[in-house]
Amino acid sequence: MTGLTVLAALLALLPLFAIFADLVAKGASSVNWDFFVQNPPTAGATGGGVANAIMGTLLVVGVAALVGLPVGIGAGVYLAEYGGSPFATIVRFLADVLNGTPSVIAGIFVWTWVVRPMGHFSGLSGGIALAVLMLPMVTRTTEEMVRLVPHSLREAALALGYPRWRTTLQIMVRAAWPGILTGGLVAVARIAGETAPLLFTALGNLNFKTNLLQPMQTLSLQIYVFATSPFAAWHRLAWGAALVLMAMVLAVGMAARYATRSRVGRG
Amino acid sequence: MVEHRLYADGVTARFSRTVAVKNVTLGFPTNTVTAIIGPSGCGKSTFLRCLNRLHELSRGGTVEGSVRLDGEDIYDADVNPVAIRRRIGMVFQQPNPFPTMNIFNNVAAGLRVNGRITRAEVAELVERALRGAALWEEVKDRLHANPLGLSGGQQQRLCIARAIAPSPDVLLLDEPTSALDPIATQSIEELVQELKQRFTVVIVTHNMQQAARVSDFTAFFYLGELVERDVTGKIFTSPSEARTEAYVTGRFG
Repeated sequence: MTGLTVLAALLALLPLFAIFADLVAKGASSVNWDFFVQNPPTAGATGGGVANAIMGTLLVVGVAALVGLPVGIGAGVYLAEYGGSPFATIVRFLADVLNGTPSVIAGIFVWTWVVRPMGHFSGLSGGIALAVLMLPMVTRTTEEMVRLVPHSLREAALALGYPRWRTTLQIMVRAAWPGILTGGLVAVARIAGETAPLLFTALGNLNFKTNLLQPMQTLSLQIYVFATSPFAAWHRLAWGAALVLMAMVLAVGMAARYATRSRVGRG
Repeated sequence: MVEHRLYADGVTARFSRTVAVKNVTLGFPTNTVTAIIGPSGCGKSTFLRCLNRLHELSRGGTVEGSVRLDGEDIYDADVNPVAIRRRIGMVFQQPNPFPTMNIFNNVAAGLRVNGRITRAEVAELVERALRGAALWEEVKDRLHANPLGLSGGQQQRLCIARAIAPSPDVLLLDEPTSALDPIATQSIEELVQELKQRFTVVIVTHNMQQAARVSDFTAFFYLGELVERDVTGKIFTSPSEARTEAYVTGRFG
């Protein structure tokens, strides 16, 4: 039995190592200084980099985090603290439905409600699409984390004369904070590599842009476009972009682990 | 006429439809210790939680009757339960210090939530509360350490310090030693004797020897009802009710 579970664990790890080994083998050679500071070469030419996509990923994911984290954490705290009401039951159900929604649908949704009224594609709409995907994840993990805080702490605070809202924020949410932060970072890592919802929203851009109201490149879009192109130089850049994206996701994941570890508060 | 700091008048407590406490009338004279004893599930803890309006926060918890603190009904419609809980401190069965705060801030928590207070005042009141809980000597050199590093008995005394720091009128102790070893229990019991100089103390316990050792008055609860309340010595030697006698002599419960 133990042998079988160990085998299953190894099989589960295998894809991660295989992917990473493959990315390093094929992508590492294209990652150099130019890769980070230059924009893609014109079709067929060699050299260049993916500075536009790296900046775009940071901006679009930044918008998603800025929108998705506060709303998701707020909703999760509400569900944990006032979860008995019929409204909370509805919110929880809808969050689960949203969690199972294919990401391409989130893209179409944001295209309908943001891109079309604005009249053009934009990095901002891409961030909103990713925020929509983040919301249910952040909401449910926040709810779980706050629920894990022992009820006895709530009673201790209430018996001391803490009003309900201060009990929630200063005792319950604070005790759950490392877990909430981890959940948030995991969600950020999870959406950082999304491609489908960005096809209808951020669209992509071969130029370096920092204006969120214009179409914007991201690493995931870059990989999609370059990998399906007929040019060898673009293929190499796609591998490099894949490696960088993977490293960014891993870095966020490690930050999440660190956030959970440093538990002891000083207050 | 005895002066009652706290007086419960016809208190009935429910969990949804289940009646946990039936029409209990019980007074707590100023600066005395009253022990509430009775078998598990007799409603003694629920009754205690009616005295600081904590029971109504439990799922389905409702309270009828009145509880007067210095003559004022804490269940009056215009009374803010948060203000009441600042005047009636409580210590729970399991030590429950705030893990996100250090030792000092645990004791200061109730002071800061009570309103504007200077740093110097906080420091002075924290020391006084820790001394009052007989914990100062043990923690004065590590006030900024995490409370979870303390022993169970120290954690419970920290919780007592936290509860007495805002100088409440009444201190409710809900089986405060049931999670502690005999030595820690003894130190808490000695502490209770000192606390009654400053506070009116109500202690729920299922340990009859403890009730006999620490209290001036003892109330015996059975199946949600108050069977008998009298001077502690009388309850344990010549109670008026047959059920009380059966319980204190160990024939049931």
